Amino acid sequence: MVLSAWPPAWQAAWLLAVDPVGLGGLVLRGGASPFRDALLADLRQALPPATPWRRLPLNVDDERLLGGLDLGLSLAAGRPVHQAGLLAEAAGGVVVLPMAERADAGLAGRLAAQLEAGAGMCVVALDEGLAEDETLPAALTERLGLMATLTATAMVPQERAAASGSTSASALTAPADSTAPPAPPMTVAEVLAARARLAAVPCDAEVVQALCATAAALGLNSMRTVWQAWCAARAAAALAGREAVHQADAELAARLVLAPRARALPQAADGDAQQTPPDASSAASDANESPEKEQDSERRREADADADADAKAEGAPDADPRNDPRNDPRNEPSDASRHAETSVQALQDQTLAAARAAIPPGLLESLAGGVPRTGGGSGRKGAPARPAQSGRPLTPRRGPMRRGSRIDLLATLRAAVPWQRLREAERAQQGLPPATTALLLRRDDLHLKRFRRPQETTTVFVVDASGSQAMSRLAEAKGAVELLLADCYVRRDRVALLAFRGAGAELLLSPTRSLARARRALSSLPGGGGTPLAAGIEAAWLLGCRVQAREGGRVVLVFLTDARANIARDGSGGRLQAAQDALSAARRLRTDGLRSLLIDTSSRPEPAALVLAQAMGARYVPLPHGQAAQVYAAVSAAVSAPAV
Amino acid sequence: MSTPYPFSALVGQDEMKRAILIAAVEPAIGGLLVLGDRGTGKSTAVRALAALLPKMRAVQGCRYHCDPDASTAAAACEDCARLKSGTRIKTDLLPVPVVDLPLGASEDRVLGALDLERALSQGVKVFEPGLLAKAHRGFLYIDEVNLLEDHLVDLLIDVAASGENLIEREGLSLRHPARFVLIGSGNPEEGELRPQLQDRFGLSVEVRTPSDIGQRVEVVRRRDAYERDPAAFHAQWAKADARVRRQILQARERLTGLTVGDDVLHRAAELCVAVQSDGLRGELTLMRAARALAALEGDAAVTLDHLREVAVPALRHRLRRNPLDDTASGERIERAVTELWC
Repeated sequence: MVLSAWPPAWQAAWLLAVDPVGLGGLVLRGGASPFRDALLADLRQALPPATPWRRLPLNVDDERLLGGLDLGLSLAAGRPVHQAGLLAEAAGGVVVLPMAERADAGLAGRLAAQLEAGAGMCVVALDEGLAEDETLPAALTERLGLMATLTATAMVPQERAAASGSTSASALTAPADSTAPPAPPMTVAEVLAARARLAAVPCDAEVVQALCATAAALGLNSMRTVWQAWCAARAAAALAGREAVHQADAELAARLVLAPRARALPQAADGDAQQTPPDASSAASDANESPEKEQDSERRREADADADADAKAEGAPDADPRNDPRNDPRNEPSDASRHAETSVQALQDQTLAAARAAIPPGLLESLAGGVPRTGGGSGRKGAPARPAQSGRPLTPRRGPMRRGSRIDLLATLRAAVPWQRLREAERAQQGLPPATTALLLRRDDLHLKRFRRPQETTTVFVVDASGSQAMSRLAEAKGAVELLLADCYVRRDRVALLAFRGAGAELLLSPTRSLARARRALSSLPGGGGTPLAAGIEAAWLLGCRVQAREGGRVVLVFLTDARANIARDGSGGRLQAAQDALSAARRLRTDGLRSLLIDTSSRPEPAALVLAQAMGARYVPLPHGQAAQVYAAVSAAVSAPAV
Repeated sequence: MSTPYPFSALVGQDEMKRAILIAAVEPAIGGLLVLGDRGTGKSTAVRALAALLPKMRAVQGCRYHCDPDASTAAAACEDCARLKSGTRIKTDLLPVPVVDLPLGASEDRVLGALDLERALSQGVKVFEPGLLAKAHRGFLYIDEVNLLEDHLVDLLIDVAASGENLIEREGLSLRHPARFVLIGSGNPEEGELRPQLQDRFGLSVEVRTPSDIGQRVEVVRRRDAYERDPAAFHAQWAKADARVRRQILQARERLTGLTVGDDVLHRAAELCVAVQSDGLRGELTLMRAARALAALEGDAAVTLDHLREVAVPALRHRLRRNPLDDTASGERIERAVTELWC
C-alpha cells in the first residue's frame, strides 16, 4: 500500500481503518461532493465486512442514541418496548456524523463520553462549515485525531476510470500532481494485515520526541493530540509493512494530525524567511497588506534571523507573544532536551517542516496576522433550537417526545379521556383482550410542556480603528467592552468584537463570554489606515444575521465611528463612493431588523453619522468627549431596552 | 474501560493529584474545580480515582446505597426507612460511585423522574432515580462544567448545598439523600463559570500540559504501554496505587483526632481579609483543606505550612474579579501569603 499516491483525505481514511480506536476519528472539512461519497465508500469497503456503520442524524434523541424506551411502540403495545441505542449498535465500528458543524454541545458530549469509554468506535465527522468559526464543538474536535480538507481542485478524473469502465469513484481520486499510477483502493486484507502488525511496532522515543516538539512549536497543548499523532505514525508504519516507525511516518502524522490544529506559527527550523502559503489568495492578500502588517512580518523575519539557534531547534514557541497565548516562561523546554543527539534533531526539524508546509493556507494567514483562530469555542455554537426547559410556561402543545421535552400530564390526560370508551370498543372489535392499563393512551394524546426560552443577547462592538480615530477613542471602546464583559457574568450575555481599518473588517473576537479571550483580542487591537465603513457594516450584518439565525438570540450592534468613510466596498479610495456604499449597507441592517446603536466619536456631532444612524434605524449617541463609562452606560441602556 | 489508567502513573500534575486526595479524605471540602486546557489528564485522573478508592458498605436493597451506620434520623431515605423497620439489614460492599454528568443531560436524567416503564406496564407511580441518586456518597464529575446549561447549574447548586434532592413534579413528591463531591473541569477560555457556582467548589486547581518535552514523551510512552497491555501496566503500578489507597484510609482515621489551633485559624482569617475573599466559605475551606493535608502527610498538628500549601487552591476562585486587572488570582494570593507569613 503506497500512501503517498493518495490525496491527504484518503491517507487519513486509510490510517483510520488501521487504528480506529487510537485515532478516535476523522474530521472531513468540505461540502457534500462526489469525492466525499467516494471516500466514505472506499473507507467502508476497506473495513472488515462485519464492522457496524451508522449514520447519526443530528436530531437524534437520547432514547435512540443511548437506548431506552420506545414510547410510541410501548403505548401501542401496552407493554414496554425497548430499543437499542445507536451508539451501542455502532460499538467497534464507525459513526458518520453529517453536518457536524451543527452538532450541539450535548451531542458532542455524549459522543465524547462514548469515545472515552473505550467502546472501540470511531467517528467520521463531516464538517460542512463555511465560515472560519463554523465548525464542530471543540470537545469533539479534540477527540477526533485526523483532520483533512476535501477540495475538488486537489483531484482530477483519471483515464483509468474510463479505461476500466469502473464506476468506482475512487478512480477519480489520484492527485493531479502525482505521477504515480493511481493505486487501487485499500482492501480488507491489507487492513487486517496492517492491524496485525500494529502491535509489533515498538514505541520509538525519538519519533515521539519529534512529535512532542512539533506540537509544542505549533502551540498545541493537548497531550491527547500528541498521542493521536503517535498513533497515526504507528498506523502508517504498519500499513507500509514496516517493523518500526520511520521519518516519513512521523511527517505524515504531523501533516494529518498536528498541522490542521496549529495555534501558533512555528519558526522555520532552517532559519528561512517566512514561507508563503502556496495559493493565489494569499498573493492577493499580500498585495494589499497593510503597512502595519508588513512591519510585523518584517519584525518577525528579523526575530527569525537572530533568534537563538538552540531555542529554534527545540521548537520554542514563536517569538511573537501574540501568537502564543500561553507564552509564559514556564513553557521553555528544559535542559533535558538540550543535549539531544543530532539525529533526533534532524528528525524533529523535518517533522516540523512537514507540519509547517501542511498548515492550511487560511489558517496560516490568520496565524501570521497574529490572531489565533478559535474554532468551535463556545459550547452552544450551532445548537439547534431545542425546546426550553425552564422559563415562563406557555400553553402545552401536542407532539411526539423529543429530547429535552417534558410531558404535560394533565393536558395528555385531557386529550385521552374522551376517547376511552371508543378505544375500548375498538380493542374488542379487533379481538384483543381487555387492556391491562386503566387508561388507553395513544401516541397522539401526548402533550408537551412548553416554556419561553430566556433570550440571551449578543452585543457586537463594531469599532472604527482607522487613522481618523484618535488612539484615545480606541481605548474608550476597549474600556466599554471590558465593562460590559464584567456585566456578562451577571447577565450571561455574550460579546463580540469587529474592527475595521485599512482594507477591510476583521472579526477579532467571535461571540464569547470568556473574559480571558476578550482581553487578549482587545489588547491586540491595531490602529491606523483608511476607513472602510461599508465593509465594517457588512461584516456586522453578516455576523448579526448568523447569530440570530443560529441561536435565536437577540443581537445588538454597537458602532463606534466618526462615519468619515473613505474606502469604498470594492477597496478603492474616494469619499463619495465610500459614503454611498456605507449607506446602502446600513439600510440592509434596517431591513433585516438588527437592532443597532451608533456612537458618534467625532469631536463635534457629524451630520454624516446622523444620516447613517437613521439609515440603519439606529439610536444615535454623540459622545464627543466620551469616557469608557459613558459609552458603557449608553450601551447598557440599549441592550436592556425592550425589543421593538 | 475494564481497567482504568492507574492514578499513580499520571505524569506530573501534582497540584491536581493532591487536591483530589484532599477531596477524597474530606468530602466536606465541597468539591473540586479543575481548570485548564483539554488533554491535560483531568478526566483520566478522575476516572483513576474511582478505581483507587476503597469500597464502601451500603444497605442492601436501597436504591440510594445509603450508609448502614448512618443515624436513623429524619435523613433516612424511604428505602432505608422501610428496610430498617423490619429485620436486621444486610449490607453490600460497593465501589464508591464516580458518576459522569454529560453535557446536555436532561433534567429528568439528573434529578430522576417518573418510571415510565412501570407506569405503562403496571400502572404504578414509581420514582426512577437519576444521576444525583447514583452519585450519593461518591463523586459527581462534570466535564466542561462551564458549558453546562443554566437551569442544571441551578439544580446542582441547590442539591449540593442541601445534601438532598427534592422531587416535586409529575405528581411525584419525595426526597432522597444526595451527598456527593462535585468535581468540575473546564476551560475558562471557552466561557466563564458563574461566580455563584464557582464559589460552591471547595478547591480550584489549574492544570497545564507539562512544558518539558521529556515529560511529554514520558506521557506518550506510558500511554502506549498501557494501551498495549492494560493488565500488565496495572500490575506494574498496583503497588504504588495501594500505597495511595492506604494513605487515604489512614488519613481518614487521623482526621477526627486532628484539631486546628486558634493561632492557625487566626492566620487563615488574616489571609482571607487581606485578599478580600467573599464570604466565610474561604476560611472554612482553608481550615478543612489544611487539616486534610496534615492528615494525609501524617502530621500530628495543623501548622502554618499546611495553610501555605492549600492557600492558593482554596481561595483562588473566591476573589472578586476586577475585569481591568490582569493579575491572576493565584499570584495575588501568593503575594499576600509572603507579605503576611514571612
